[in-house]
Amino acid sequence: MSQQPRRRRLEVEDSGDVAVVHFVDKKILDEQNIQMIGDDLFRLVDELGRRKIVLNFGNVEFLSSAALGKLITMNRKVQAVRGKLVLCNISKEIREVFEITKLDKLFTILPDEQSALQAF
Amino acid sequence: MSDRGRQHVIPSDLEAARRLQEEIEAAVRTAFAEHEAFAIKMAVEEALVNAIKHGNQMDPDKSVRVIYSLGPDRFDVRITDEGPGFNPDDVPDPTAPENLERPCGRGLLLIRYYMSEVQFQDDGRTIAMCKLRNGTP
Repeated sequence: MSQQPRRRRLEVEDSGDVAVVHFVDKKILDEQNIQMIGDDLFRLVDELGRRKIVLNFGNVEFLSSAALGKLITMNRKVQAVRGKLVLCNISKEIREVFEITKLDKLFTILPDEQSALQAF
Repeated sequence: MSDRGRQHVIPSDLEAARRLQEEIEAAVRTAFAEHEAFAIKMAVEEALVNAIKHGNQMDPDKSVRVIYSLGPDRFDVRITDEGPGFNPDDVPDPTAPENLERPCGRGLLLIRYYMSEVQFQDDGRTIAMCKLRNGTP
């Protein structure tokens, strides 16, 4: 009878007024999964009013172009409210995906969480 | 070509694509270095999603045919959808500044970057690609 609990895909910690987001999944794939990750990210801005956000990719081993689309939308949302989004702790392989697609020019990407927090 | 070639016909369903992707990934990991396995996984993921979403438009009556083989020095895969086809030259360059935030073309760009050879056949309904071991990148 009870509803299946919605699986948690993001872990959000506060560091001062910065929301630090860790992805739970190693692979950011699958339309439905990406949609839910996108919804959870957008909620941080739209409903929770967060303006300073760090996305920590330390746990992420793989992501597809569909996931990149959500990150672009997230970046736009944060910019629309004059906030700042910083990506960090990205593996060499995934960093290359950002470089191939030239999205490294769109996003602020820093090596680790400490430098990401210092960017605010 | 190796004798380990496999053929699958899967429905236009991303869960079926996921299972096939896992089978291919397991096979590739036995033969390729980690960065090459990542490259193949990326290209197969993008091509399967393109076939199901853009080719077959998620139509449950349409299928995707996948043939892959793993040889001593190469991985070959051929993915065919039942959609209307497309001209890859018509896909805008997603790295152009004006397109950077648009959603299209990024999968194709990644496929071309990561695979050693990429060919489109049958008016774009089939993508045939290979990855050479120790090739570039």
